This record gives sequence, C-alpha cells and structure tokens, in this order.
Amino acid sequence: MIHKLNRFHGGLHLPDHKAVSMQAQVTPQPLPKQLVIPLQQHIGAIDEPSVNPGERVLKGQLIARSDAHVSAPIHAPSSGTIVAIEARPVAHPSGMPAACIVIETDGKDEWTTLTPCADYTQLSPETLRQRVHEAGIVGLGGAGFPSFIKLTPGIGKVVETLILNGAECEPYITCDAMLMQARPDTVLQGAQIMLQAVQARHCLIGVEDNKPTAIAALQHALQALNDDRIRIVPIPTIYPTGGERQLIKVLTGKETPTHKLPIDVGVVCHNVATAAAVADAIIEGKPLISRYVTVTGAGIGQAHNLEVLIGTPMQTLLEECAARNVPDMQTIMGGPMMGFVVEDLQAPVIKTTNCLLHQTKPQSQAALPCIRCGECMRVCPAQLLPQQLYWHARAKDLDKTQDYKLFDCIECGCCAYVCPSHIPLVHYYRFAKTEIWAREREKLKSDHARERHEFHLQRLERKKQEDEERKRKKRELLQRAESPDDNKQDAIAAALERVKAKKAAQQVAPQNTENLTTAQQAKIDAIESRRKTLSNDSGQDEGQ
Amino acid sequence: MLTAVLILAILALVFGLLLGYAAIRFKVEGDPVADKIDAILPQTQCGQCGFAGCRPYAEAIAKGEADINQCPPGGEAVILSLADLLGKDPKPLNAEHGEAKDIKTVVVIDEQQCIGCTLCIQACPVDAIIGAAKLMHTVIKAECTGCNLCIPPCPVDCIHIVPVGTTLQSWKWPSPEKTVAATEAVTP
Repeated sequence: MIHKLNRFHGGLHLPDHKAVSMQAQVTPQPLPKQLVIPLQQHIGAIDEPSVNPGERVLKGQLIARSDAHVSAPIHAPSSGTIVAIEARPVAHPSGMPAACIVIETDGKDEWTTLTPCADYTQLSPETLRQRVHEAGIVGLGGAGFPSFIKLTPGIGKVVETLILNGAECEPYITCDAMLMQARPDTVLQGAQIMLQAVQARHCLIGVEDNKPTAIAALQHALQALNDDRIRIVPIPTIYPTGGERQLIKVLTGKETPTHKLPIDVGVVCHNVATAAAVADAIIEGKPLISRYVTVTGAGIGQAHNLEVLIGTPMQTLLEECAARNVPDMQTIMGGPMMGFVVEDLQAPVIKTTNCLLHQTKPQSQAALPCIRCGECMRVCPAQLLPQQLYWHARAKDLDKTQDYKLFDCIECGCCAYVCPSHIPLVHYYRFAKTEIWAREREKLKSDHARERHEFHLQRLERKKQEDEERKRKKRELLQRAESPDDNKQDAIAAALERVKAKKAAQQVAPQNTENLTTAQQAKIDAIESRRKTLSNDSGQDEGQ
Repeated sequence: MLTAVLILAILALVFGLLLGYAAIRFKVEGDPVADKIDAILPQTQCGQCGFAGCRPYAEAIAKGEADINQCPPGGEAVILSLADLLGKDPKPLNAEHGEAKDIKTVVVIDEQQCIGCTLCIQACPVDAIIGAAKLMHTVIKAECTGCNLCIPPCPVDCIHIVPVGTTLQSWKWPSPEKTVAATEAVTP
C-alpha cells in the first residue's frame, strides 16, 4: 500500500554529504579517563547533584535530578569516583562554562543493579512514562525536550498517529541513519512501547529516501515483527523535512497551528534515536548514558559514527577520527545549517550532541543591503515573511517581530542560505528571540518588585497607625494623671473598698450552731446580749 | 424653525443625560494612564527621576508634570515604550538624572564589617535586606532591584555594588548589527 504524501511550503535541496560517514560501521569510543557531565542537557530546570565529590558511583547510577516537572535526571555513564562538581566548558553558543559533575573513571565499567522488564505489555502507560522519565530520556534529535512529557497526551486528548522522525534532513549527519541500520529491532520495539504509552492507533516512521539501507533494514525487521500498526514511509529528501511540523505535514497532511502543539492535531512526534533509548530503558532498564555521534567534515581523516558515553570530551572524539589540526578549522555541534561553533573542544558530548562537523572556517562574506528579492519567503518552511522579520528585528521593534510570528521560526537557516546579500538572517531572529525572553524575565522581575514595594509602603503605613494608636493611649493615661483630685478620690475609694473586702473575709461565721439544746441556746443568747452591751459601752467611751 | 430648535434641544437633552449616566455608570477607578506608565517603568524605586518611586513618577507623567526621559535604570527601552504609549517623540535620557547602566547590578553587604545599625533596612524600598539591630544584615540577591538607596545611609561603607553575572539561561545572542557594521566598514 502506498502512503499518500504531502508537501510543506518552501524548503531546499541541499548536497547531503552523508556517504562519507556511512562507509564504516559504528564503533564504540574507548572509555575516557574523565567524564564531564553538565547538569543541564535538556530543556527545563537545571538538575541538582545528588552525589558528593569523593563518592564512588556505578555505571547507570543516578547522579543528578530535579523536582521540577520539565526536567530529566542524569546518570553516571561509567563507574568511577566523583572528583569535582564545578564550572567546566560546555557546548553552548555563548561559550560560557556551566556546572558539571566530573567523574574519574576506574576502567571497570561496573553496572549498578538494573530492573529489566521482560514483558512491557503488562505495564500501564503511567508506569511506562515514569520509567522513561527515570531513565533521563530527552529528545535526541537535537532539542532535548524531556520525552516523558511528550508521551503524556493530557486529559481529553486522543493521539491518532505516533510519528517517528528518521528524516535526518541536515547534511553530513548520519547518526540516526546508522542507528536504523544497526539496530532496527530496537527502534521498532521503541515504537511499540511508545504506541502503548500514548495509546495511539498507528505509527508512521518517516525516513528520507536518500537512506535506502536504513529503510531496507527497518522493513526487514518489521516483516519479522509483523505489527500492522507500524508503517515505514520513505519521504522525499527536502531540507528541513525533519522539522517536527514539516514532517507532520508531509506524513499526515495536518498543519499544526501557531501556539498549538502537534498533540492538538492528534499527533505525537519522536526521534528514532529516542525510540531506541526508550526500548533500552524499558526492556533492559538502562538509563540514557550513551548515544551515536557522527564525526565528519572536510577536516576529519576517518569520518564515521561512534557510540559515545555522555560526558566524553569532544577533543578525544576528534582525535579518534584523525582530525587534522590546522588553525583555520572550526568544530560545529549539530549540522551545518542549524549547528553552532564550539569554542572549547574540552566541552563534553551531551544527550543532544548528534554530530561534530570539523571543517575550515567559511570565509565571512560581507552582508550587503537587502534587495527585497523575496527568495527567503519562497523557501521558508514555516510560511513566514523572513524579510519583514529581519527589518523589525534589526530595528529592535520586538512587538512587531512577534506580530510576524517570530516564534514560529524553527531557525532552519533556509532564508540565510538563499539570501543573495549574505545577510545573517537567523542570527537576527535568534537575537530577537533571546531579547524578547530577557524582556519578559525583566517584566516579571519588575512586577515582583512593584508588589514588594507596595507591601513595603503598606507596612510603613501600618506601623505609622500603630505608633499613633500607642501615642494616643499614652496621652490618655497622662491626661488622667494630670487631674489630681479625681485621682486621689479614686485612690481613697479603692482603698476603702479593699478594707471592706478584707473585713468581710475576716468575719468568722459561728460553727456547730446546729442541733443545739434549748439550754445551750439560752446560754449563747445571754453571752451575745452581754457582748452587745459591752461593745455599746466601749463605743460610747470612744465617742466620748 | 421652531420645530428644528425644539428637536435639537430635545436631542441635546437626551444625549446629555446619556453621557451623564455613562459617566457615572462606567466610571473608572484610579488613573488608567498612570497604571500603564507604571507597568512600563522598571520598578527599581530608586528615585533618580526626582520622585519618591516609580508610581509617583508615573502619576507625574500622566498629569504632564514630568518628562518621559528621567528614568536612568529604564534607559532607552523605557523611553521608547513610553513615547509609543503616550504618542510623544522619543528623546535622549536627561543626563541630570543620571546615566543609563549597561549591566544590571545588585548590592552585597560585607558581613564582616556590618555593625547592625539597621539603616540600610529602613532605606530599602523593596524590603530586600534582612537583619536586626546589632546583628549582621544581608541582602536577598533575588529581590534586590539595584537601586543603591541603601549605600548612602551605611555608616561603615560596607555595602558594595556587584554586577549580576550572565548565566546560560539569561544569555542573549549579541546583536548581528555589530558584525555587519564591522564588515561593511571593511568593504569599500
């Protein structure tokens, strides 16, 4: 059965340069002496280390995690000792260092206890998602978004199609193609597990038609598996067909609207490497601690794919592949279209490092004025107006750039590639995006400061009122003290009261006065009458 | 003639009543323009504009008593936004009120030198300093707006200004303008 394909807007036919790194088999990279593991390798919150320097860790042991929802834990890629938790160079366009856990490997590569699962079909979608999260799996296509979130459709959302992205549209990169060739069974198992996790009806695996070996391997494996929910779809090679929204359009014909997610059109899209990692995590219980990395480019002697532990310095990979070390070389992480230059090659491989491209620095061509040719608009796969975005980003009119849907830009670089004036268009968009985020952060901060200031003023006002109240009370007391007559009278009256009370308390009631005989009563009466006369007499004496 | 006058008079009365009713029914509490201006101001509460805080300055602008270029912490961005909001021409920052800062700063208290006089606590407009009499004080870095109002009252000069460092999360792509300008200068 032939799957009906669609076409997304724009795109480019680029020379793919893929054959050079696909001749050799994938080789495991020898265990490096030191592994440097950045605490942030994903989109979301930075992880907190859960180990201390000096501690011994085993391969696959949890070493950092976060309580935030959007986060992924990090595991030790090999056994060894934690020697430091400090800022080290990392692969980031800024070239700034970031907090990393440094492990001195002991060469034993000793695994921690894993919890494999022979029959994942018994597990509920929740358990599957939980395990995917615990294994630290993030999108391996390049963005690094925690995968368990994309496996959670959300309440009331129905997933019709699961798409596995094996397009790998950027030139030079071949790690996904090699993975599909080397481990097609694992990819398909991952697809089955993901189908169960999102409760989707069927799964489409989109692979660009310039990878016939990978397509054949997958189809062969699928025949053995005999699962009619999964279909392998060869798609035309057009850059950037591997973009999530572009691939959805090609395979299903659905457009994902602005401000919406693929889930809103009933689609969930994952990378093939992510699917393989999910299969490893669920079936064998292995966390994500290694990945395939393509090392290629004009400056590489033996371009091929390596299976690399997360945290391996990029320098050792280049040495392994006989990189020529001449001054005019530069190393790009990612592809030539969307990647960025790595300044310090001591930076480690992270979960999202798919390719290292080592080549001569391109001659910087002077940007000429825009001639409004409109080529950029013709190739834009997101159907934006790159020229308008450029003018507004250049004028720092950030509200306007958002009106022109700047955040729908996937930074694929098609516009800059075709620009006859060599304007670094994507650079302008990245500049505008980070500028907008910075302003939003500042806005939040200033709103917070306003609240605190208002509370501060309110607090001062309350304090003033309380002070006044206290003063008023004091003044009242003073006023009373100032009228002495009343005061004395009061004091005398109070003293008399006290005396009276004392007397009342002292008066003793006669006891044993019940059941008296008449004789006794008569005696008492006689005594009382005597006392009366006596006291009367004494009273008169006093009176005299 | 008389009919026309009568009709106009009745119309005027009807509309007058309508407007009068609307003015009471749809009365807006507070000053919405001042609110909008206040939302643009950076809320450092530093008083460099000559007013007791951002809110009083916003109210003064709304009344037309103050100009839009008196906020050094806001700098060019705030002036542009205010000009946009109020339909005025943007103008350069008034140097009398200070210079715009390129980098964000906060203050730290040298805890070894602090004598616990509480003067800085009273000066802080956002209650970002904690401490008690004769006990060490400290600044909550996340709450500090960088207004520097706590520095003059300190009798032992133990409060210092430090720049807020960039992290990977707050890092921004530099403007391509500079690189373009550089290459344009080179090409004949």
